[in-house]
Amino acid sequence: MRTGVECLIDGLKKAGVKTVFGLPGGQVLDIFNKIYHAPFEFILTRHEQGATHMADGYARATGKVGCCLVTSGPGATNTVTGLANANMDSIPMVCITGQVPSPMIGNDAFQEADITGITRPVTKHNYLVRNVDELPRVIAEAFYIAATGRPGPVLIDIPKDVQRAKTSAITPDAVSIRGYNPTIDGHPKQISRLAEAINRSEKPLLYVGGGAILGNAAEEVVMLAHKGKLPVTTTLLGLGAFPETDDLALRMLGMHGSVTANYATHHCDLLVSIGARFDDRVTGKISEFAQKAQIAHIDIDPTAISKSVPVDIPVVGDVKNVLRELLPQIEARERNEWHEQLNAWKAKHPFAYANGKNAHKLMPQFVIEQIYNLTNGDAIIVTEVGQHQMWAAQYYKYTRPRTFISSGGLGTMGFGLPAAIGAQIGRPDKIVVDISGDGSAQMNFQELVVAVEHHVPIKVVILNNGYLGMVRQWQELFYNKEYSATRLAQNLRGKNENIRERPGKQYLPDFVKLAEAHGALGLRVQEKSEVESALKKTFEHDGPVVVECMVEEEANVYPMVPAGASLIEMIQSLA
Amino acid sequence: MKHVISALVENRPGVLARIVGLISGRGYNIETLNVAPTQDATVSRITMTVPGDDRILEQVTKQLNKLVDVIKVYDLTGQRFIDRELALVKVQISAKNRSSVMELAALFKAEIVHVHHKSLTIQIVGGTEEIDNFLELVRSNGILDISRTGTIALGRAEGRE
Repeated sequence: MRTGVECLIDGLKKAGVKTVFGLPGGQVLDIFNKIYHAPFEFILTRHEQGATHMADGYARATGKVGCCLVTSGPGATNTVTGLANANMDSIPMVCITGQVPSPMIGNDAFQEADITGITRPVTKHNYLVRNVDELPRVIAEAFYIAATGRPGPVLIDIPKDVQRAKTSAITPDAVSIRGYNPTIDGHPKQISRLAEAINRSEKPLLYVGGGAILGNAAEEVVMLAHKGKLPVTTTLLGLGAFPETDDLALRMLGMHGSVTANYATHHCDLLVSIGARFDDRVTGKISEFAQKAQIAHIDIDPTAISKSVPVDIPVVGDVKNVLRELLPQIEARERNEWHEQLNAWKAKHPFAYANGKNAHKLMPQFVIEQIYNLTNGDAIIVTEVGQHQMWAAQYYKYTRPRTFISSGGLGTMGFGLPAAIGAQIGRPDKIVVDISGDGSAQMNFQELVVAVEHHVPIKVVILNNGYLGMVRQWQELFYNKEYSATRLAQNLRGKNENIRERPGKQYLPDFVKLAEAHGALGLRVQEKSEVESALKKTFEHDGPVVVECMVEEEANVYPMVPAGASLIEMIQSLA
Repeated sequence: MKHVISALVENRPGVLARIVGLISGRGYNIETLNVAPTQDATVSRITMTVPGDDRILEQVTKQLNKLVDVIKVYDLTGQRFIDRELALVKVQISAKNRSSVMELAALFKAEIVHVHHKSLTIQIVGGTEEIDNFLELVRSNGILDISRTGTIALGRAEGRE
């Protein structure tokens, strides 16, 4: 007979868990008592949200299931954003929460929250374990569900009495769930139809999303593109699925995508989505999206097909399997006219920011280019959410899968720093850089202590423009330049905020001192000329570093497709 | 258009909440809902009627199918199926209208299941339209209470679905 806790530890071991992120509390004391002696590393985060993002970053960087462990009530509710974030981006994660003892459930007990009820819409699946006999099966199922099909987060809520109860049930070797059978192999007829459409197409375009990375299909995407000479654009989460240094790469598409990628989407005669879900930030105005094209969609999730854009050739299946079946049916073709057109657009409309007026200024895009140069394009870039995120997508060229880690669907500010820690723990061999803004940096900064104490040498580059920059950009373009509640520096604040200006203390907090207070190295860059040396020092330093770059305050992200506009209605102003 | 959705699901706590949450979370209204175990005690059948256009309902059906606890989902709309509903109706009566209400019930093959000197409780079984029709006809007598099961349905195909 084993206790519930022993079943849990055994289940985690069998699932191959090496690292657990989390924070203890009253209802998980028994688990923490046993985990003290368990053969996996425990990372004590300072907030449960941090634990979820670390598990998420770890999963994105390694392809393994991330795992976190927290207590009931507030511990559990603090995981909600992290779970929703992982759910939107299909990240495999298992989150274990303690729960008040079964007889107390529903009594408004101390630190009680109905976490399975709360997280139902933001998890792939969740469990409230009512009987210890179910626990070994539930743990095995949770890891299976998280990692297979379209991956996602699974939560297991374990009441304290279930943790302590004894059972003779054992962890099953294989999992079989009658209501859960993801389609792995694509339908041969559909694959042939797709091959024919590609072979026939004069102006094809591959539109590659995060699914290609989650499905470990980057290699097959490259083979497909090269064999058929098919140009490739990726979504934000698809960055790294195809080398952006390749001649066939058109870079990212969508709201802040490249002009070429958006023109190509508008003018192509066949659009092949590979693990991308036609997100509204990609499509712009749906009724004008890729109107000249036949649309094909390869996805493991049948609900992703024709959800927003009607699909002509759906192929449901694992991307890697489908592409392997598709490849031998693809004919080599030159398609010179289409490539000439694409190359002309590329030459005319590269991502660009510096004009004469700004040449001497410390532009945020410049900092990212320098990071690219100094890391030889080989770092894992993690981002927060906002302008810096889009610049990180535009001015760093990604060549390998799992090297760009960003909160795409949910757009969670505060994701980057803990996700970078998780990514670095999973990939100690890589340089991991969290590109951040002064807004996002203040959410979850507390986790920097974890990087310091575990010697996780992440590099946090804060592009400080004194604003919640992306919202400010929308206010500039669409709200008469009324910067309501977007100024973070101490001057130029809205009257309604009633801020007392302090001479000499324009930027708060002082991120250099804040880094030092957490035990990390802090650096500040004021001038363009200082960027290179500061970044060199950052990458040479054997430990976590925070570099605060005081960048041009009102730089905008261009191109920009205004919300609800067609992809070709891009604002390209470089004002 | 109204869709009749029939789902076989695990007979476990929380499953109904998942299904209802999925539909209401997308802003659709469930008009009728019926849940009960099947010949296999570990499986329940949920029958729902949901108004909405075909494209939206196709998406809802696919989303339901994706739930781990959902074994199989059928959108019966557009197929051959049998649907029934049971209603209990308490109708106000007096010496004047008692016999006409009873005649109407007999016409609809409805049963009088409880008699009180000021009311009759009538059980009627049939298609939704038939029940709506009956309710319309007895309405003028004064309806005190109604309880309806909501639609239950089975496909007309031979054997199991």
